Amino acid sequence: MAELHHLSLAELARGLAGGDFSSVELTRACLQRIEAHDRKLNSFITVTAEQALKQAAEADARRRGGDAAPLTGVPYAHKDIFCTRGVRTTCGSRMLENFISPYDATVSERFNAAGLVMLGKTNMDEFAMGSSNETSYFGPVRNPWNTDCVPGGSSGGTAAAVAARLAPFGTGTDTGGSIRQPAALCGITGIKPTYGCVSRWGMIAFASSLDQGGPMTRTVEDAALVLNVICGFDPRDSTSLERPPEDYARDLNASLKGLRIGLPKEYFGAGLDPAVADAVHAAMREFEKLGAVVREISLPNGHLSIPAYYVVAPAECSSNLSRFDGVRYGHRCDKPKDLMDLYCRSRGEGFGPEVQRRILIGTYALSAGYYDAYYLKAQKIRRLIRDDFARAFKEVDLIAGPTSPTTAFKIGEKTSDPVTMYLSDIYTIAVNLAGLPGMSIPAGFVNDLPVGLHIIGNYFGEARMLNAAHQYQQATDWHERRPAAFA
Amino acid sequence: MALSQEEVLAIARLARLQVPAERLPALARQLSGILEFVAQMNAVDTGNVEPLAHPLEVSARMREDEVTEPDRRAEFQAIAPAVEAGLYLVPKVIE
Repeated sequence: MAELHHLSLAELARGLAGGDFSSVELTRACLQRIEAHDRKLNSFITVTAEQALKQAAEADARRRGGDAAPLTGVPYAHKDIFCTRGVRTTCGSRMLENFISPYDATVSERFNAAGLVMLGKTNMDEFAMGSSNETSYFGPVRNPWNTDCVPGGSSGGTAAAVAARLAPFGTGTDTGGSIRQPAALCGITGIKPTYGCVSRWGMIAFASSLDQGGPMTRTVEDAALVLNVICGFDPRDSTSLERPPEDYARDLNASLKGLRIGLPKEYFGAGLDPAVADAVHAAMREFEKLGAVVREISLPNGHLSIPAYYVVAPAECSSNLSRFDGVRYGHRCDKPKDLMDLYCRSRGEGFGPEVQRRILIGTYALSAGYYDAYYLKAQKIRRLIRDDFARAFKEVDLIAGPTSPTTAFKIGEKTSDPVTMYLSDIYTIAVNLAGLPGMSIPAGFVNDLPVGLHIIGNYFGEARMLNAAHQYQQATDWHERRPAAFA
Repeated sequence: MALSQEEVLAIARLARLQVPAERLPALARQLSGILEFVAQMNAVDTGNVEPLAHPLEVSARMREDEVTEPDRRAEFQAIAPAVEAGLYLVPKVIE
């Protein structure tokens, strides 16, 4: 029983189905791990122990009644951006420090309907704006592989919790790399599905045309099992796609013979740590052994993705965050002297520095006379970036490269200059601008810190990506490595 | 594109954000740095390119105009900073 925290989701599901252990036992084991280890990581903002044990008991009863879904009784860590009814939902911000959500996000509803058990809400960059988890109002999260380092962001709390085996899996959201980059820096698996596959309803909005939720797991198979729960049409999300449900695990065991993988030559230029490049090339040799054909491709407009993103995302953020007005919910300043003072002080006190910078950039970009020069220009570049991918996918089935240019960096190392921090998402952002699915899987270590391999698929190509990544995990054991301090 | 401290103050007012005076110099510098970085876009001729609003170019869905949500005003107002008699309270707007 002591080893429950080492089991994958698939193994846990089998154990629960076979009666080897109950959901209550499993949930208690996870809560004990959180209690024992999270003070070193700060990966949870709120732990919902009492509710978790109640949900676990209900899951056990449901299983006894013969009514269990595949993941009924499995515990998970929920990024604190997903609204959870009756549970504090902070989005990593002082603005929502005391916000008890009156409703559930669609993703939360789907987990509840499938009988999963929420362990708590995980730490994150404030309003998901950050690449290191240092912008959280609730303090930075530490990387389980080296607690002097960041876990990445913005879904850094979930990444750290899953890597340290405090939770079997967790949720993330990805606007410019916020699932994939922390997955890479913490040595776990994370997938951002095609835009529109996972409902954004109740997922606190940052940049609506880019935001997408997804699973953060230890194995690729686990990610497929979670996608089966959270994907699907939702009429309450205006950009949710009406598609028939699919089984994301259906192709996991297919052969990779003849699979065409493209390596964008632009991803291997200046700024990339040569040791990370070596790990990516080693992974490509592994794919070749599995029967794949690897070739160089070109994405000539990729370098424009960060500039375009830092117009589109702040513009949408400034619009989305205008709802926090100190009137209906969230932080309100003391003794406002008039309505303008109420707005300005509530927002000035409630939002941290990075969120304020992005609101200001976005407000400027959308202000009278600047719309064409910034937002419209960025939306045109967005099309060029998408067209690059469309051309590439005529020649290859998947695109691969590094998830992040370096391994985890030190806490405090990149906080002084916003643009330096932004560059840590250089390979992931284009995928959001194009709305494509992308994932990161562990592919080696540099100086005892994990390296992530980035796999990009065509629209709705998740099953094929998962197939390739799963076959790679059958041939390698990077995803099995555990941080020694959290054994 | 460098922003002056006065311009930052004007943008902050549009954004309804109070920015303490002592933070203005650093903020003007950081925002100017971001805009300078973003200006790389200007090197590209996009004269014949249509803007892309939705990655899959799907347009917004229409639905029947019918009531789909129950009235939960009391629950929603329970989390508001100040309410009275079912109304949200704000400082006096009209003298």
